[in-house]
Amino acid sequence: MLVYICKRLLSGIITIWFIATATFIGMHMVPGDPLLNDKAVTPEIRANLERAYGLDKPVPVQYLIYLRNMAKGDFGISFTQQNRRVNDIIAEHFPVSATLGVLALFFAAAGGITWGALTALYRDQWPDFVIMFLVIVCVSVPSFVFAALGQLAILRTNELLGISLLPVAGWGTLGHMIVPALVLGLGTMAYLTRLMRSSMLEVADTDYIRTAKAKGLAPSRIFFRHQLRNAILPVVTVLGPSIAAITTGGFVVELVFAIPGLGRYFVQAVQQLDYTVIMGTTVFYGAFLVLMVIAVDIVYGFIDPRIQVTKSVG
Amino acid sequence: MKTTYIPVAEDFQPLGEAVDAERIDRPSLSYWQDVSRRLRSNTRATISLYMVVALVLFTVAGPWLWRVDPALQDLEQISQAPNLGRFALIIADKEPLTEVTARQISQPAGSTSTAPQRLRVLGTAHSEGVTIAWDGVAGASGYQLYRHELEPSGINDLGLPLDQLRASKLSYQDRLGLETRRYYYSVVALFDGAEEDSFASLPVDVEQAIRLSEAHFRGLVDDASDSSLIGSKIRLEVHPFGTDYLGRDMLARLMWGARTSLFIGLVAPLLYVAIGLAYGGLAGYSGGRTDNLMMRFADFVIALPFLLFMILFKIAFGLGPGESGVGPMLLALILLSWPATARLVRGQVLQIREEAYIAAARLMGASAPYLVARHMLPNVMGVLLVSLTFAIPTAIFIEAFLSFIGMGVVPPTPSWGSMCNDGIRTMLSHPHELIFPAVFISMTVLAFNLLGDGLRDAMDARMRSDS
Repeated sequence: MLVYICKRLLSGIITIWFIATATFIGMHMVPGDPLLNDKAVTPEIRANLERAYGLDKPVPVQYLIYLRNMAKGDFGISFTQQNRRVNDIIAEHFPVSATLGVLALFFAAAGGITWGALTALYRDQWPDFVIMFLVIVCVSVPSFVFAALGQLAILRTNELLGISLLPVAGWGTLGHMIVPALVLGLGTMAYLTRLMRSSMLEVADTDYIRTAKAKGLAPSRIFFRHQLRNAILPVVTVLGPSIAAITTGGFVVELVFAIPGLGRYFVQAVQQLDYTVIMGTTVFYGAFLVLMVIAVDIVYGFIDPRIQVTKSVG
Repeated sequence: MKTTYIPVAEDFQPLGEAVDAERIDRPSLSYWQDVSRRLRSNTRATISLYMVVALVLFTVAGPWLWRVDPALQDLEQISQAPNLGRFALIIADKEPLTEVTARQISQPAGSTSTAPQRLRVLGTAHSEGVTIAWDGVAGASGYQLYRHELEPSGINDLGLPLDQLRASKLSYQDRLGLETRRYYYSVVALFDGAEEDSFASLPVDVEQAIRLSEAHFRGLVDDASDSSLIGSKIRLEVHPFGTDYLGRDMLARLMWGARTSLFIGLVAPLLYVAIGLAYGGLAGYSGGRTDNLMMRFADFVIALPFLLFMILFKIAFGLGPGESGVGPMLLALILLSWPATARLVRGQVLQIREEAYIAAARLMGASAPYLVARHMLPNVMGVLLVSLTFAIPTAIFIEAFLSFIGMGVVPPTPSWGSMCNDGIRTMLSHPHELIFPAVFISMTVLAFNLLGDGLRDAMDARMRSDS
């Protein structure tokens, strides 16, 4: 197990290096000049700025410095807000995105497992059809439409009740989080519902369910104790990759609901060509996702002892 | 009576060879014929197939039939709801300014009300200008005008302050961004510069109007100097899906936007599936070290945070002046998406490579190109086609998503995503600007998803999505 974890971490580090390199190459291909802003800058100041950001050195040297700083976890100083470190920006905005993401993942997992189990329980009856129809709708409608509709729904509810039940946009309280998290989790919820349904149906055909029935166990006990517990396992595996979908899908929800998350900040940074922020955010997100997937794989090994992780290396 | 049958020579003819005894009555079906039969028996897949055909027709033939410039801005008709040609009142190019001043009318003596009386419209209220007039209030130092889109509920709910007038003026011409709808005009008298508590309010329905020269310029009337036309009504351009915030025809934009969205949605998956096929096929066929190295690289590319790199590459590939941004987006999409197909193909090839029929073909002396062309490719094709149909909606989504956050197609090139982005700003007042592009995206994605499901079920019973 320890060997496995070490191997996974090593390959994870190589992956992060690859992400950092790809980001560096991509960033250096971007046309435009990050130091060229509205204010006129004299050549002396410009030279000073270039020195401060290390832009006066040849590109390979810049790359080595960049890698060294990345290894130390130092992402440099923002180009547009020259008194702010990128680390501080990430530290300020990432928790917002992460909170939203975790809440969305919670909604998605809880909803997906519940709905999926329901469709399997009422297979080929109307609850199955209704839920599967909604699932198809959720998969087909773009997230920004749901975000807009969610906002509209809040607005109309507030109008109808005459009180401000939930805030329409912004961040701070739990009330701000509920609808954006629901919208963000919707696509994943649909996906998990499908997965849960097929997993439940697969388990329903197994020998141990037949044995349990033959033993005369109560249907509810079979459903909860045997079918549901075993069907959840495949759903847990995709939670890792789902984190990726949810955190990057956060852009739209953060934009529409005016949530000060890292996704919205990234879009801003791209528009302003803030090199260090773009590179820092990309590498940070990449590393986060890689570690997340590794963590889920390891946890999965503990949950299901039947999986021999040591054999699935590669 | 007993008759005995006497055999004759003809009874002893040879029967001939029984060649047809084991003949199978029905024509044998090839794999693809079987797939198409199964697909056609699937109602959902059939409907989605028709939807795809309809969409392609809409995209390809649409702009031929509906010859409206998607970039033409009609500032007379901004954010109009879907219509079949609205009527407009023709007005003279230069209308004389009608004004009412305090000197012209007699002050009603002894009136105790501080609210202006007899609030009325002078002439016709049309989209080029609304003139309202009222009777003066004795002793007022001036008047404050308001315009509201809803009926005012009280003195604090009069809407947009339009202007403050001196006491000598008893009329006002409003020309501020008038739309063809009902407005509520309110007038409050001012005493020593302070507003009174009472107000007079008047609902005014604004009519669409067009100046004669403008109507001539658009080819709606023949003669620009024919003043007998003034006051008559004329049918404006038809906008079956309404217009957007710049007065551009939504139907034309949807059609041209479909070209952008479907172009990216179809071409990008085709290209990256082809690249993935070559890469994965090569890796799987070579096996061993080469395979290991190649797939490691593919794993790295998969690990890149997709949307962040989409945005990064999109800007990295640059944008010259006058470009639409479709090219960089296509390139970025291809660069980031091929590994999934490569993995899929490699897995398939590894599996097929061990099949007995490959060994048999090898034994019979088949060359490597023959093996690949005759056995590998056709067997990979099914899985590939399914992944292609699922890749199309994903690509359409990504285009819409990027255009929505302003990182995609550059204006004025229409795309469904950028139309949604424009529409979401006016979502409350003019919902059709968001609804139409959103519905088109959803229907397209839905059609391709259902088609993909149907294809998967038809290709291989083992891969069924349900049951």
